[in-house]
Amino acid sequence: MKVYLDNNATTMVDPLVVEVMQPFFSEIYGNPNSLHKFGTASHPAISKAIDQMYKALNASDSDDIVFTSCATESNNWVLKSIFADHIVSGDKNHIITTEVEHPSVLAACRALEKEGAKVTYLPVNSEGVVEPHVVRSFITDKTALVSVMWASNETGMINPIKEIGEICKEKGVLFHSDAVQAIGKIPVDLQDVHVDFVSMSAHKFHGPKGVGALYIRNSQPLSPLLHGGEHMGGRRSGTLNVPYIVAMGKAIELATTNIEEKMASIRAKRDRLEDSLLELSDTFVVGNRKNRTPNTILISIRGVEGEGMLWDLNNSQVGASTGSACASEDLQANTVMLAIGADSELAHTGIRLSLSRFTTDSEIDYTIAHFKKAVARLRAISSSFAKVGPTPGGESKECELHHH
Amino acid sequence: MAKNDLLGASLWDAYSNKVTTLMNNPNHQGEITEEEATAHGNRLIVADFGAESCGDAVRLYWEVDPRTDIIVNSKFKSFGCGTAIASSDIMTELCVGKTVKEAVKITNIDVEFALRDSPEIPAVPPQKMHCSVMAYDVIKKAAGLYMGVDSESFEEEIIVCECARVSLKTLQEVIKLNDLTTIEQITDYTKAGGFCKSCIRPGGHEKREYYLVDILRDTRREMDEEKMKAAADAGAKGSFESMTLVQQIKAIDAQIDESVRQFLIMDGGDMEVIDVKPSDDYIDVYIRYLGACNGCASSATGTLYAIESTLKEKLSKKIRVLPI
Repeated sequence: MKVYLDNNATTMVDPLVVEVMQPFFSEIYGNPNSLHKFGTASHPAISKAIDQMYKALNASDSDDIVFTSCATESNNWVLKSIFADHIVSGDKNHIITTEVEHPSVLAACRALEKEGAKVTYLPVNSEGVVEPHVVRSFITDKTALVSVMWASNETGMINPIKEIGEICKEKGVLFHSDAVQAIGKIPVDLQDVHVDFVSMSAHKFHGPKGVGALYIRNSQPLSPLLHGGEHMGGRRSGTLNVPYIVAMGKAIELATTNIEEKMASIRAKRDRLEDSLLELSDTFVVGNRKNRTPNTILISIRGVEGEGMLWDLNNSQVGASTGSACASEDLQANTVMLAIGADSELAHTGIRLSLSRFTTDSEIDYTIAHFKKAVARLRAISSSFAKVGPTPGGESKECELHHH
Repeated sequence: MAKNDLLGASLWDAYSNKVTTLMNNPNHQGEITEEEATAHGNRLIVADFGAESCGDAVRLYWEVDPRTDIIVNSKFKSFGCGTAIASSDIMTELCVGKTVKEAVKITNIDVEFALRDSPEIPAVPPQKMHCSVMAYDVIKKAAGLYMGVDSESFEEEIIVCECARVSLKTLQEVIKLNDLTTIEQITDYTKAGGFCKSCIRPGGHEKREYYLVDILRDTRREMDEEKMKAAADAGAKGSFESMTLVQQIKAIDAQIDESVRQFLIMDGGDMEVIDVKPSDDYIDVYIRYLGACNGCASSATGTLYAIESTLKEKLSKKIRVLPI
């Protein structure tokens, strides 16, 4: 059996989504901006996709949802254009974000710092959650934007976006949320929550890679990132990626219709998996699962290094993910684990399992069995579980991780 | 950055088959107890290096025959990724049968080399080199314990990177042995600078006495001086065969710098010395062609002959140059 439990990285494209994209490659291939019928033939499908997006997110007709190439583009667009519009050509100088954002937010912020922006990286609490009062305390009259992810890719923890939105509204500060890990996993109602900009990506909810979107409240001003033809009402140039836009609309519809039922089904499987894995000694899972996306587990297994664990799982045909330093290019410990203040050794032992609506009960059973087998093998090799201690004087010196 | 870098290589694809095999089935994983060692009339030495909080930890067990100082049995326990486990496994294999003094000479290069499937292809990607450096460190520690040298003093204690506990001497040695030229390489090989980054250059998280940028610059300068001196000595005394491996490589490099490299570079190519292996009849110098030299017809004929004859004339008649 092969079990894919890395759905926070990307998901399988739903075959129903593939089906709706098919006609727009070789049958209806005209440019939607053309005047002839070859072009306009694609309009009904694009309109339908737009409707599906607005309905899924409960966006108002006065809002914009602009299709982009991915959430990285959406995040870069918001940060760079707010910088240009409000810091370079305005009287603001400050952006607030968090330590645990996706690299497309963190790296863009670091780039803007080099260009003169002041950026505050907020800490998270021991649950991995950004606290609203912390956001409030850092807002100044020079703050142009607050950017806080809706849910964490690593831990699945859900941030209090509604409360943070109210604070930003009260303080008159723009608010952006990277909702890549929330949309399609939990209900997102953009009339219930005050957010100015929301980034999303189709391939996280069983759509194809290479298409995303940016929600812009009240069609408010935001300079374009890509200049060119007058596509998407002039907001985002580039010939419309018709099959992928159609696919994203279908994918978000499938993901958000009866979302409560879908969540309950995924959550039941996730909880069963989590409970079984926690039967192992010296393990813990990050974050209260009531406040977590229903598909995610970030579990730490003492004495078992993350990449080694991934290796054994891979040998058993189970695909998971690790924030372990060993699996990264720069040997940095998992920043999320460090940010939530877990003991630094645990930063090297985190394994993330992320389910989807296609995950089956028998896949969960298979994963439980092979996960436990891998832990048993690696703990038998691990120095952390060795019985014969070092010769006096041969002890290791403590390795202190220094971090902010 | 170029075509081959567009799709970054998968980390695991860069592991040798040996690494994969040993990760899946380490041969020397386990422990040796005091009772076992005593029953054989031997001494048990157990040394730890690293910690879970660093991301890697290894415990090395030696059963040493006190009459001969020979390591008769060795085992390990490891908290680490696949390459850490494979490096630890091959390390114990390299220790068995050697005297403690011989074992101290095992370097991270030997460990990594022993993990290769074929001599010219690295066993692990660069950022995994630190796993084999750790094997080198734990052996030194075990040897210190056996020889009754205080492990603190045995391990010359100027710690440059506190997070990864990397000493000044280790840094200097690793830079020299591996001919490192950048801070990124130092981090790949030793982990120094890989955590809080304070030790890379002034202005970091905390103030340090030594910084990697200074150590790299000073060590490189020293290497250049040594290289010139080695070349001069070799020319003057003809003592190439009695040099250490590092000196030999430097002497060869210096000769190539002086007589060969300029011509290769003019043609858009270059070369590097990979290894030197002496045997009874020959001293085999393994080289790798770079750039336009790679695949050039002359690289196996005229150019090769020119390199070999230069080295034969200047260093030793026994030299044989083998491109890989």
